[in-house]
Amino acid sequence: MLVATLISAVFAAALASVLLRTTPREIARERLIEAVNAVLPQTQCGRCTFSGCKPYATALVDGVADINHCPPGGNATARLLADLLNRPYKPVDPQFGVTPAQPMVAWIDEEACIGCTKCIQACPVDAIVGASKFMHTVIAAQCTGCELCIPPCPVDCIHLRPTADVPRTAHSAS
Amino acid sequence: MTTRALTRGGLKLDTHKRRSTTHPLRAATTPEVLVLSVDQHAGSPAVPIVKPGDRVLRGQPIAEPGHGVSAWLHSPVSGIVRTIEPRPSALHRDPSVCIVIENDGANRVFEGQPQPRDDSPQALREHIARGGIVGLGGAIFPTGPKLLRAPERNAHLIVNGAECEPWISCDDMLMRERADQVISGAEIVCRALQAERCTIAVEDDMTEAAQALRAAAKQSKIVPEIVTVPSIYPAGGERQLITALTGHEVPSGKLPQDIGVVCQNVGTVAAVARWIRDGEPLISRIVTVTGSATKDPANLEVLLGTPIATLIADCGGYAAQPARLIMGGTMMGVALDHDRHVVVKGTNCIVAATHEDLEPPGPEMPCIRCGACAEVCPAFLLPQQLHRYVLAGELENLDRYGLIDCIECGCCDYVCPSQIPLVERFRAAKPELVRYLDMRGMAPLARASYEAREARLARLEAERQAQLAEKRRALASKFKNS
Repeated sequence: MLVATLISAVFAAALASVLLRTTPREIARERLIEAVNAVLPQTQCGRCTFSGCKPYATALVDGVADINHCPPGGNATARLLADLLNRPYKPVDPQFGVTPAQPMVAWIDEEACIGCTKCIQACPVDAIVGASKFMHTVIAAQCTGCELCIPPCPVDCIHLRPTADVPRTAHSAS
Repeated sequence: MTTRALTRGGLKLDTHKRRSTTHPLRAATTPEVLVLSVDQHAGSPAVPIVKPGDRVLRGQPIAEPGHGVSAWLHSPVSGIVRTIEPRPSALHRDPSVCIVIENDGANRVFEGQPQPRDDSPQALREHIARGGIVGLGGAIFPTGPKLLRAPERNAHLIVNGAECEPWISCDDMLMRERADQVISGAEIVCRALQAERCTIAVEDDMTEAAQALRAAAKQSKIVPEIVTVPSIYPAGGERQLITALTGHEVPSGKLPQDIGVVCQNVGTVAAVARWIRDGEPLISRIVTVTGSATKDPANLEVLLGTPIATLIADCGGYAAQPARLIMGGTMMGVALDHDRHVVVKGTNCIVAATHEDLEPPGPEMPCIRCGACAEVCPAFLLPQQLHRYVLAGELENLDRYGLIDCIECGCCDYVCPSQIPLVERFRAAKPELVRYLDMRGMAPLARASYEAREARLARLEAERQAQLAEKRRALASKFKNS
């Protein structure tokens, strides 16, 4: 009975992997990507040269990127990545950017905003609200401070501010 | 009634308070020019509402609160706004915007102060905020926002007169000479909070202050409990004092109000009394001027924006070249590079110290893991362990070992046989840790938003492709049919 169960279990697993076209190796890879992604800051700033944290995690697991390309994560994240991927630790490479000294959020000078929606399209986490020819504003509670909204702005009305001045709970500000 | 000072740790320090309490409180010389930084409170800087060239009166608002937590700023004298420009600041690394006022000497008082909108406690809290009052014990947190965030009723008000820094005596002098202000301020804050209980804490060596408070409390409507705590540094730390008085610990990451307590410094409640009772906003404060390099130490009532050099001159000038000039106490204060810095709302003390007062720190040696720092830490932390993690940049471990709970009291520095500047390192590491934790806290939401956006973009692209394919098919069948 036990043998029969085991055989059927093995058979089922083999069938599943054939049907889903996933080998145990691929499953392990997916899991590792997930674990690496969980360590990354999710800023989605793309400073690592990849389009977001998940793509960087994939590149790390596939061995095509190094562990020290994430400035928002800083040295602490580089250390966690080194442990996770079993590679030697090295501090963040400054050519990818500097780790900010304090939490920052984007802030739109609403009087200067012309409502072009370019920043809305650039925001990787949908933290800017507004519509064409209407004023835009940043939802501070959702902004990761990735700075991707700054270059597309044609009137330079976006800059970063410390969260001490623009608290993440901006809605309840007096 | 006497209670324990601390549940754990702390130091019995030699006090030098007597040096500055021999003279009665007196007013400092009013300077010709006053420099008022818009960034002299916790939270965001205030925003100037006057322009260079404007005439201002004593007590007139000159800057309004900025975003979020912030505070009003008022002119301490009547005169002309000479300029508004960034100037070097004693508190910040970067220059901060200052409103420079030229005193016209007429001392004309601003009459247009606002009135509370009604008699409700809420209106009183809002009105207290208009007085520009901040925590005068050193934390400079704006009092208005603090009260507005406090529980609606039944809070336990603790008025903190347990001034534990060894050189500072400004709160002691205030309680001795102006006990009525302290009591009436406590009464007003009680009304704003609809507080049931009010406790005033003083250290056990402040007998005169306790007597004065008791005498003043006899005429008061509220019956504050006056409690003494042993003079063990840092008995006057907010969290330490709350635990000593109530037996409850303020949990890590929470505020006193979360356990139903609101703590205010005695100077702060006295400032509330002056604002509510006499209509004078926070434009002056009591500053202890002391240290062996000061000829005649004393406590002075000083207008905000007065240069430190003026205070030293008022106390007879320098008796010797000061080895260190400190704003705040010797345990937690900041070293000043010169005496042209000005008094701000948080300036409780100026120590012009000689080498005899404060031994210069010796060369730093390696940590020998003696554990003396852990024994004196009043916040239940392990400084030697934290220090290792700071040096190694291990933020996860710094979080796990509670760096954020460090109150920077300096006890660990004081006892360290290897002369390691522990607090300096902890203070420097905190912003980095705060940013890291903020990033970690944001990550799940940011990830979910990013994934939702990616899915949406993929769906839109698939729909567009499907539409295109549909068009192509329609076009192809049209050609076939024709």
